[in-house]
Amino acid sequence: MKLNHAANREIMIAFCFLIPSLAGFAVFYLIPFGQSVITSFQDGLDGGSWTLANYKELLASSSFKKASANTFRFMAISVPAIVALSLGLALLLNTRVFFRNWLRTAYVLPLVVPVASIVLVWQILFDWNGALNGWMARLGMIRIDWMKSDWASMVIVLIYIWKNIGYNVVLFLAGLQNIPDQYYEIADLEGASRLRKFGITWTYLMPTTFLVVLMSVLNSFKVFRETYLVAGDYPHDSIYMMQHYMNNMFLSLDIQKLSAAAALMAACILVLVTILFQAERLFRSYME
Amino acid sequence: MRDKQERVMPLLRTLLLAAVAAALLMPVILTVVNSLMTEREILSNYGMLGRTDTSDFVNLKWIPDWVSFVQYFNVLIASPQFLYMFWNSVMMVLPIVAGQTAVAAMAAFAFGKLRFPGREPLFFLYLITMMMPFQVTLVPNYIMADRLGLLNSPSAIILPGVFAAFGVFLLRQFMLQIPGSYMEAAKMDGAGYLRIFISIALPMVKPGIAALVVLLFADYWNMVEQPLIFLQNAELQPLSVFLSRLQKEAFGVSFAASVIYMIPMLLLFMTAEKYFIEGIQLSGIKG
Repeated sequence: MKLNHAANREIMIAFCFLIPSLAGFAVFYLIPFGQSVITSFQDGLDGGSWTLANYKELLASSSFKKASANTFRFMAISVPAIVALSLGLALLLNTRVFFRNWLRTAYVLPLVVPVASIVLVWQILFDWNGALNGWMARLGMIRIDWMKSDWASMVIVLIYIWKNIGYNVVLFLAGLQNIPDQYYEIADLEGASRLRKFGITWTYLMPTTFLVVLMSVLNSFKVFRETYLVAGDYPHDSIYMMQHYMNNMFLSLDIQKLSAAAALMAACILVLVTILFQAERLFRSYME
Repeated sequence: MRDKQERVMPLLRTLLLAAVAAALLMPVILTVVNSLMTEREILSNYGMLGRTDTSDFVNLKWIPDWVSFVQYFNVLIASPQFLYMFWNSVMMVLPIVAGQTAVAAMAAFAFGKLRFPGREPLFFLYLITMMMPFQVTLVPNYIMADRLGLLNSPSAIILPGVFAAFGVFLLRQFMLQIPGSYMEAAKMDGAGYLRIFISIALPMVKPGIAALVVLLFADYWNMVEQPLIFLQNAELQPLSVFLSRLQKEAFGVSFAASVIYMIPMLLLFMTAEKYFIEGIQLSGIKG
């Protein structure tokens, strides 16, 4: 009886601690999101009958298709690239090198540098009259209009990598340092080859890799910031991202289409995250 | 032979890693160097940017002809607008960082250290929301701001920021590391939950709070998406959006403006780098 009383008291107290966060979270996220999902299936803003028209319109819209294709393509290029690069850097950093902490600081620094404050540098580098074209001209190459051609997406990939690589390096380094030394010592005793030892590293780094992939995907949605600041409201077609589309919808106050787009995106991300988590679980059970 | 290799390899690896570091730092260094040039030097080096009627290339220079603080003077004293926008940024970021930290610390204590029915499913909801990008969360935020009449006011950005799920998630990670025996011992001594929260949990998650403050500051100091949608008035915009305009209108002073914008973030990072890194390692997930 007394135990029950204590448990009830704990529930009450937990509720008190939770209530400020829960109330705000419900008001600004959960309830309006639920509402926007409902709106996305209705044909008028104030109720109306159920319909899939908003989704049909959305999927038929050429700018939505362009935005989602660009966002997806950006992800497909930048995520593998950043994962491979940061893994390479972390592996190197984890060997015997000088100034390890200084180097790590240098890699992490771009994370805290506001994008807006170095946009100018990207312009100086990638403008039609920019430094990169200047160097290429000196080598006798033809200049490229980096920001106003299909190359623009490559420039954005570069900025994304610049910004986020430190984050992944820190995660990979932590993962590497969690692998017990004994594994390598045993491998040494057995006279294992270098390749075999890398196999050990790779296997035990798998959970970290899942995390890094997940984070890189989530961060890749944020690349609009960089894109907007470098290329403005009307970027080249190849870097017209999901957020550009959403901004236009916000400007025309098309709440129904916005709701449909947000719901669709939330569903895609849920699927993606579930796949990643399932893959990780599968890998874990395979390990055991 | 092997001995020699052991000595040379670390050096080579360091050189390679240092080259990457230099490439990553280059934009920051270039901005700082350029902020020390006079407007005339800036215009003569970069005046051809964005122009099609000339085939000259920019002149990338690493050392100013003449070190001058005239850009800083122009930005800070001659154009009050800049300081005004700087203040806009401060007045949006500080309430979000302080508010989210306070609200999240309480909720994280409940999620990490108290038992109640529905704890796991509720936390899962926070987790999912945290992973949603702006493209998803801005729509509900907009609907609510519209209903509460907050559009075109900084509150439309501050309130969703205060209640965002990231802080709850990060601080819970730190709360989970507090040994249960500490709580039991305090309970034995007759301490109530509020006492335990204030005098045991909060002091023990100080590194977590430091990490949260730096991560939140880095994220919101840099915000672009929310002000573009929620703030129509140009005077309400934070510095992040204003800078991109300044760069077009007053090119000659924008390097100094950029540097001033970077400074608070860099200072915070230098004082709390340890916590920042720890926060990344423990979170794995950024807002």
